[in-house]
Amino acid sequence: MASTVTQGRGAIRRRALGARAAFLGPGLLYVTAFMTIPLLLVLSYAFLTRGRFGGVELPVTLENFARALDPIYLRVLWNSILISSITTLLALLIGYPTAYAITRLPARWRTVALVLVVLPFWTNFLIRTYAWIVLLNSEGPINKTLVNWGLIDSPLELLYTRGAVIVGLLYAYLPLMILPIYASVERLDRSLLEAATNLGASKFRAFFDVTLPLTLPGTMIGAIFVFVPSLGNFIVPELLGGGKTVMIGNLIRDQFLKARDWPFGAVLALIMVLFLAGLFAAQAAVARRINGRSARA
Amino acid sequence: MRNIGWLRLPLLVTYVFLYVPLVVVVVMSFNGSKQPFSWGGFSTKWYGVLFEDTAVRQGLINTLIVAVGATVIATALGTLLAIGLSRFTRSALLEAYSLTPAIIPDLALAIGLLVLFSAIGMTLGLHSVLLAHVVFGMAFVAAVVTARLGQNDPSLEEASGDLGANAITTFFKITVPTLLPAIVAGALLVFTLSLDEFVIAFFTDGPATPTLPIVIYSMVRFGVTPEINALAALLLLVSFTVVIAAQRITKLTDAV
Repeated sequence: MASTVTQGRGAIRRRALGARAAFLGPGLLYVTAFMTIPLLLVLSYAFLTRGRFGGVELPVTLENFARALDPIYLRVLWNSILISSITTLLALLIGYPTAYAITRLPARWRTVALVLVVLPFWTNFLIRTYAWIVLLNSEGPINKTLVNWGLIDSPLELLYTRGAVIVGLLYAYLPLMILPIYASVERLDRSLLEAATNLGASKFRAFFDVTLPLTLPGTMIGAIFVFVPSLGNFIVPELLGGGKTVMIGNLIRDQFLKARDWPFGAVLALIMVLFLAGLFAAQAAVARRINGRSARA
Repeated sequence: MRNIGWLRLPLLVTYVFLYVPLVVVVVMSFNGSKQPFSWGGFSTKWYGVLFEDTAVRQGLINTLIVAVGATVIATALGTLLAIGLSRFTRSALLEAYSLTPAIIPDLALAIGLLVLFSAIGMTLGLHSVLLAHVVFGMAFVAAVVTARLGQNDPSLEEASGDLGANAITTFFKITVPTLLPAIVAGALLVFTLSLDEFVIAFFTDGPATPTLPIVIYSMVRFGVTPEINALAALLLLVSFTVVIAAQRITKLTDAV
C-alpha cells in the first residue's frame, strides 16, 4: 500500500516535470539558441583577431579594446552620448508637460489623446525619418515658407546637420517618453497633493515637492526608452546626418557589414551594451529608493 | 471640461510636431509633377507607378512571408512559455530571461544573429530573417499573455480537472479559450513589428530576398521622389487602420 502511494507520487512528480518541460522547454531553448549564444559569441569575438577573409582567427588579444581608446573612436562615442542626451532632454521638456496635460483631460478624450500619441509610432521607422528628409530639404516646405515670408534670402542648410539628427531621433522616440510619464502621473495618489496644499504649500511647490519626485521613476523609464534606441541608431544619422554625423551605431554597422572587422565591431557593441546596462541599473536603484521612501511615508 | 489652461500649449506643440511631417508627405504624394518640390496639380499617377514597381511588390511578398511565419511560430512558443512561466514556476529570473529579447537593443541582437548564422555556416535569406524575428516576437507574445494570466481565475482549470478532464483537454478547452484575446493581441503585435522591422532584417537577410523595409531603405537613401511619397502615404494608411482596428478590438474584448 505504502509503496503504491509513493509510486503514485513519483508518477505525478514525473508528469509535472514533463508538463513543465513541454511548456517552458521550447521557448527557453529558443531564447538561448538565438539570443544568449549569439551574444556570447559576440563577446568572445571581442577578444579574437580579425580574420584575413572576414570572420575571426586566433590568437586571443586585447588589442581591439586598445583600439577603441583611439581619440577618433572616443570622439564618436562622446558624440553619440551627446546627441542621445540632447534628444532625451528635449523629449523630456516636451513629453512631461504633454503627458501631464493628457492626465488632466476628461476620460473620454484621454484615450483619443493617447492613441494620437502612439499612432505615428506604429508607422514604418524609415518612412517617419524620410518625412524629415522632405521637410528639411533645401527646397522643402520649411525653407520655402521662410523664403516666401522674407525671413531669409536663401534656403538654410537644415538637412545633413547634427540638428537634423536630433530632430529625427526626437520625432522617432517622443511617444516612448510620453507613455511611461503618463502612466506614473495617472497612478499618483492625489491625496498626497491635497495634503501638501492643505499644509500650506503652493501649487507650484506641491508639484516640485510631491508630483515630480513621485513620478521620477516613470520619467526615468521614459528617458531610458528614448536614450537607448537613440544611442544605437544608425538610420537617422545616415539619412538625416548625411554621413557627416557618425554615431556609434554607424560605426558598429560598418565594422560588421563594410569593413568586416568583426572583433572591433564586437568591442564597440560591448561598450554600448555595458553603458546601457549601467543606465538600467541606475534607474532601478533610484526607483527602489523612491518606492522605499513613499512606502514608509 | 476642467480648465487645463496653459497645458494646452504642450499638447498643441506635440501634435503639430507629430503630424505635420506626415501630412506634408501625404499631400506631396498627390503632386502630379516629377519635380518633388514644385506643385504640378493633383494626380494619383504615382500610385500607379508604385503598383508597377516589381521591387516594391517582391519586397512586400517577402515581408509578408516572414511576418506570417514569424507570427505563427512566435505566438505558439510565446503562449506556451507564458503558461509555463505562470503555472509551473514563479521564477522572476526565468521570466526576465524570457522577456530580454524584447528590450535588448536591436543592433546587438542583429550582430549576434549575423555572427551565429555565419559561425554555423548558414546561408542568409528569408529563413534567417524569420528565425530572427521569432526571437523578439516570442518575448512580446509571452509578455502580453503573462499579463493576462495574472488576471485569470485558476479555479476554472481546477474545476475542469475535478470533473475528470485530463490535462490536455483542460488546456485546449479552458486555458486557450480564456487566453484567446491576449493571444490574438500578441499575434497582432508580432505581425506589425515584423512587417516594419528593419535593423535585424538588414543584418540577417540575403541580397536576393530583400524585405519591404530594406527596399524602402535603398529607395530613401537616394533622396525625395514622388513614388516614395505615394508608398509612404499608403503605409501610413495601413498602419493607422491597423492601430485603430486594434484599439476597437481591445475595447470590445474589455467590454466582454
